[in-house]
Amino acid sequence: MDVLGILSSTASFILDPTTMAYALAGLGLAIHFGFAGLLNMGMAGFMALGAYGYAIGVLTLGLPWYLAAFVGIGASIIFALILGIPTLRLRGDYLAIVTIAAAEIIRLLLLTSAFIDVTGSADGLSGFNGPGGTITNPIAGAGGFNGSNPIPDGEFGFEPFLDDERTWYLRIVGAIILAVSVFVVWRLVNSPWGRVIKGIREDEEAVRSLGKNVFAYKMQALIIGGVFGALGGLMLAFSTNVNSGVYVTSLTFFLWTALLLGGAATVFGPLVGSVIFWVLQAFLGLLFPALAKLGLLPFDSIQAAQVRFILIGVALVLLVVFRPQGIFGNKKELTFVK
Amino acid sequence: MAQSTETPVILAKDLIAGYLPGVNILNGTNLYANKGELVGIIGPNGAGKSTFLKAIFGLVQVRGGTITLNGEDITGLKANNLVSRGVGFVPQSNNVFPSLTIEENLQMGMYQDSKRFTERLEFVTSIFAELGKRLKQRAGSLSGGERQMVAMSRALMMDPAVLLLDEPSAGLSPVRQDEAFIRVSEINKAGVTTIMVEQNARRCLQICDRGYVLDQGTDAYTGTGRDLLNDPKVIGLYLGTLGA
Amino acid sequence: MSSNDKPATPVKSTGLHVGAIKPGVAKKDPILIADSVRRQFGGLTAVDVEHVEIPRNAITALIGPNGAGKTTFFNLLTGFDNPNTGTWSFNGKSLAGVAAFKVARMGLIRTFQLTKALSLLTVMDNMKLGSTQQRGEKLWASMFHFLWKKKDVEIEAQALDLLKRFNLDAKKDDYAASLSGGQRKLLEMARALMTKPELVMLDEPMAGVNPALTQSLLEHILNLKKEGMTVLFVEHDMHMVRHIADWVIVMAEGKVVAEGDPHEVMRNPAVIDAYLGSHQDDDLGTITGRITLPKPGKEK
Repeated sequence: MDVLGILSSTASFILDPTTMAYALAGLGLAIHFGFAGLLNMGMAGFMALGAYGYAIGVLTLGLPWYLAAFVGIGASIIFALILGIPTLRLRGDYLAIVTIAAAEIIRLLLLTSAFIDVTGSADGLSGFNGPGGTITNPIAGAGGFNGSNPIPDGEFGFEPFLDDERTWYLRIVGAIILAVSVFVVWRLVNSPWGRVIKGIREDEEAVRSLGKNVFAYKMQALIIGGVFGALGGLMLAFSTNVNSGVYVTSLTFFLWTALLLGGAATVFGPLVGSVIFWVLQAFLGLLFPALAKLGLLPFDSIQAAQVRFILIGVALVLLVVFRPQGIFGNKKELTFVK
Repeated sequence: MAQSTETPVILAKDLIAGYLPGVNILNGTNLYANKGELVGIIGPNGAGKSTFLKAIFGLVQVRGGTITLNGEDITGLKANNLVSRGVGFVPQSNNVFPSLTIEENLQMGMYQDSKRFTERLEFVTSIFAELGKRLKQRAGSLSGGERQMVAMSRALMMDPAVLLLDEPSAGLSPVRQDEAFIRVSEINKAGVTTIMVEQNARRCLQICDRGYVLDQGTDAYTGTGRDLLNDPKVIGLYLGTLGA
Repeated sequence: MSSNDKPATPVKSTGLHVGAIKPGVAKKDPILIADSVRRQFGGLTAVDVEHVEIPRNAITALIGPNGAGKTTFFNLLTGFDNPNTGTWSFNGKSLAGVAAFKVARMGLIRTFQLTKALSLLTVMDNMKLGSTQQRGEKLWASMFHFLWKKKDVEIEAQALDLLKRFNLDAKKDDYAASLSGGQRKLLEMARALMTKPELVMLDEPMAGVNPALTQSLLEHILNLKKEGMTVLFVEHDMHMVRHIADWVIVMAEGKVVAEGDPHEVMRNPAVIDAYLGSHQDDDLGTITGRITLPKPGKEK
């Protein structure tokens, strides 16, 4: 078993763009659920809109990457409005049901061959970040994200973070977006607006009786959280291609696990939770097959890699039962802990 | 105050109990009720009055002390065991099955000993005549005070050794509250040992033989109902001077 | 004033009505007028108020048996529920169809039967939420510290002042969950005062409160009147009603069945039958024959 190899691959996930994408979407979920008490079970849909919005913005609309990003964000805002207007006046459970369905609808719309010219259907979209070209858009340098990279060609850093200039650019862009996002969220939740939101989380009627327009606040929270979800999808799109197969319900539940692990009603919880989640996932994804090859597990190495997903499910249950406030959370603040 | 020489029906010694781990509501409560007595428990919110009743009935974790029923140790026994031993508990709310008729509700009180149903029904309707006339009425259609009555009757059906009442007058209008207290007095006069927890301290003490004032989980004052009603300390701390 | 003395008798407002006293009688200076308000739930008519006027700067008690429609009426007046028919106005402005949060901003504040102190927030945060003046509550303004910080300091000072009055200032940084039931009631009342309301509607403010604490709560309600506010409260405790209410309105089965000053109303035979019971001032110990008192008459 190549222990060093496993550890080094695992460690590289700490700075991985995917981890950052999760952290961003996790921030969005923290706003939705941790702070506003909204049960959003369709974050994968927001991420899909962010990613595909960007990709389609480049490939179909011919926009440069920084404008195409706003297409993704805009799409998520409209999505939030569509979801929120009918459901936010009803009980919270309705939002949960509607969001699961809505996210799946998004995914299926992106998958259907009816829109293959725009979405790439089952193949998804690629080549929108820079030189490369695709079936749908053979123009080299499309979008120009990679072209905007100021770092010269070559490999930088040290093991296990030894990577090319593209990966480093991604990391820096991701870190900047993440830092700004964390700052924005931190400001928001510690402001009077945040106070109203936390009040709504616990008891809408009480807040209503104090003269606050509860519906407007919930909608604002839904939109803001959704935008962060879209930014998460955007990060994924920057780093690789987009494929509807990624934005499935399991993604939503992985996000929930990462969020609850770090602490749902905290600002740094989503970050820490995402890092731990991905690092563990990577670690187990390498460890179990290695153990299987050594004959220590009752299944083969391919099956062994999948076992970690079972463990994620178990971990989620244990988290909710034994430590619902996560690592950083404050038990006194959680509404679902009696 | 000296205990009588007979074994009390309920004797609680140094009871410690609570809901959440590490947080005790009862911090060493002592209480006893002799046969045929009507004992009242009053005190401020959070003092542990309802918790005390629930501790006797096995609905709250007892972490220290003992409870005996006619001399037999019942500490920590589950509620269903206590019912068969003759402990009748009437909760403050959600105390009837709304989809069942009054008669069926009363039958629920007797399922452990159904042969005596008719005999016990006679006893209960002798105290609550109106019940006998409305046996087929759905309990869900009854008002709060009427449900109280049905809940108490159900507990009486199994001929309890002791009746535990959790705030029988809660949420009722003044006329219904008075009716509830008079009812409790009637039940006790028919020979049922009764322990009642009450928020309406004045009314409770007016009808009780003996009372306890619970504060912060311990029995702060005890005495006859009349003594407590007239005790200036009790008036100042718990009764208030408004009632005249 | 030691707690063993009888509380000082408050000065009652008189001459509030115009003409003969009957259900729906007009008031000299009404702050709230309601007409033909009806609320039905399926076949059940919960509220059916033909006409009622609430006198300004007085303390009015709304009494009646459970199920009489008192809380439903509160909900209708404050926008938490919508009637089938009816109009009502506050200071001349119509409130029919106005959303609950807007009603609160217009100066009509209500509390709830089951306290709604926000347990997951601190006492001070609860109080700050009570203010409607903080523009930092708007999304865009909240991002910029300088836009709301100064106001926050002002609001905090106002809150601290109110908390001191209600004896809760020592607990200002504790989570509201750690307060006792009675303290939470006080917090809800203090919080309701942050908006400097004109009409305060209290739904069973004494429910579940230790009898010894009710005295201080009553003082607070009397203070509201002294400061020019109008109070409408629902209560079951007749001693309290008799002590502080200037006017009493009795509801039963959704309708206003009687009105008048407390003593008149409590002598009304219909009200006694349906609601008060004939033993209001008697000792139940004598009624049930459990004791015989040395002297006939009232027990102190």
